[in-house]
Amino acid sequence: MKLLDEYRNEALAQKIVAEIRRTVTRPWVLMEVCGGQTHSIVKYGLDRLLPAQVELVHGPGCPVCVTSLEMIDKAHAIARRPEVIFCSFGDMLRVPGSGADLLIIKSRGADVRVVYSPIDCLKIARANPDRKVVFFAIGFETTAPANAMAVWQARHQGLKNFSILVSHVLVPPSIASILQSPLNRVQGFLGPGHVCTVMGYREYEPLSARFHVPIVITGFEPLDLLEGTLMAIRQLEAGEAKVENQYGRVVSREGNRVAQEFVNKVFEVCDRKWRGVGSIPKSGYKLRWEFRDHDAERLFDVKEIDTQEPEECISGLVLRGVKKPHDCPAFGKQCTPDHPLGATMVSAEGACAAYYAYGRHLQTAEEKAFFPS
Amino acid sequence: MCLAIPGKVIEIAQDENGVRMGRANFGGIVKQVCLEYTPDVHLGDFVLVHVGFALGKVDEEEAARTYKLLEEMKQLSELEVPTGDGADAGARGSP
Repeated sequence: MKLLDEYRNEALAQKIVAEIRRTVTRPWVLMEVCGGQTHSIVKYGLDRLLPAQVELVHGPGCPVCVTSLEMIDKAHAIARRPEVIFCSFGDMLRVPGSGADLLIIKSRGADVRVVYSPIDCLKIARANPDRKVVFFAIGFETTAPANAMAVWQARHQGLKNFSILVSHVLVPPSIASILQSPLNRVQGFLGPGHVCTVMGYREYEPLSARFHVPIVITGFEPLDLLEGTLMAIRQLEAGEAKVENQYGRVVSREGNRVAQEFVNKVFEVCDRKWRGVGSIPKSGYKLRWEFRDHDAERLFDVKEIDTQEPEECISGLVLRGVKKPHDCPAFGKQCTPDHPLGATMVSAEGACAAYYAYGRHLQTAEEKAFFPS
Repeated sequence: MCLAIPGKVIEIAQDENGVRMGRANFGGIVKQVCLEYTPDVHLGDFVLVHVGFALGKVDEEEAARTYKLLEEMKQLSELEVPTGDGADAGARGSP
């Protein structure tokens, strides 16, 4: 496919890897922020192509993973109501709350539907005027314009039976939170290319300066990820710390102004609790007051739910790049995609699920010696 | 979740609510796309699409330019003389 296939060229990938080998003189730890990037890295085995001095750790950029257990339980409480048609992206259906998951709730008679786009919910709302259609609005800045448009259009079209349960999260506060942690090992970042397609990368410049870390806005294909790694290593070896843009074919410094303005009309920044990480100030979006008639949390008045994560799960440390999936004794044993114990195993983009999907739990002793985790 | 893929815009129209909509071709699969956030996109342009929304235009010239730079890096490294122990040549993995 045009503009995708050429970024999967193996010979070119090997050349970038050779250039990284020539550049690197000592150990560095880089974090790719976005779960889609993690998935690509593990799928193509890019981390294993890199010289041993370059370690990639996996970031918190998986919205399904970081949606708090409390919010998932709220979603389930709403989905169980007989008057509700509960709509969600497909990858949220299998995520366990403290009890069931949405698929189990659906099998018990709830009307749970998978949609491709939040806009699809408006059609469902129009076709079912006597029902309440609720969309589980999760995502990073990439998804905010779509969810904002759905709410805006619902109000414009007078669709009073459409609301969204908002669990939006923002990347820059999570990067700051990682860098402020005393456990932090990350020395440079591959920034989230699609978040920055919307937001641009101006807001990453003060982060890079304040913490003296290189941030290279990077795409999602193998050549993008390898080139982003090379750019970050070049900066680290030169003692530099600035924001660079590897993904120039899509990302500009200013981002998509039209989308940003629209998002700001509908959403405002709020504190947000991240699963496995905890509360991060000003790290999420909530609906503005003028859109309160479309805010499922207000409409359904779901009580605060207090929930506990399983003790053996280390997903909080994985999400902050402190540990890798291999470091967890439950990985691939008690914890699998069919029976996930925590955040990073529940979504295909979670680091643990990606490692599992590409057989990293089946490593032989020989491989472990060759590819230490 | 932040998956977004490039598609070629093959139709642009306003829907009944005045929203700028269109259709995009993703390597043979055609899907409806909201173009409200990409007012400067024309027929034949490539857009990056996420959950049914075009988030930006893919700059084909920039794509070609950076790809050429990567290819040139390849040529430059091939001009280098191997060090003799074979390790360097192996690391480059010449096809």
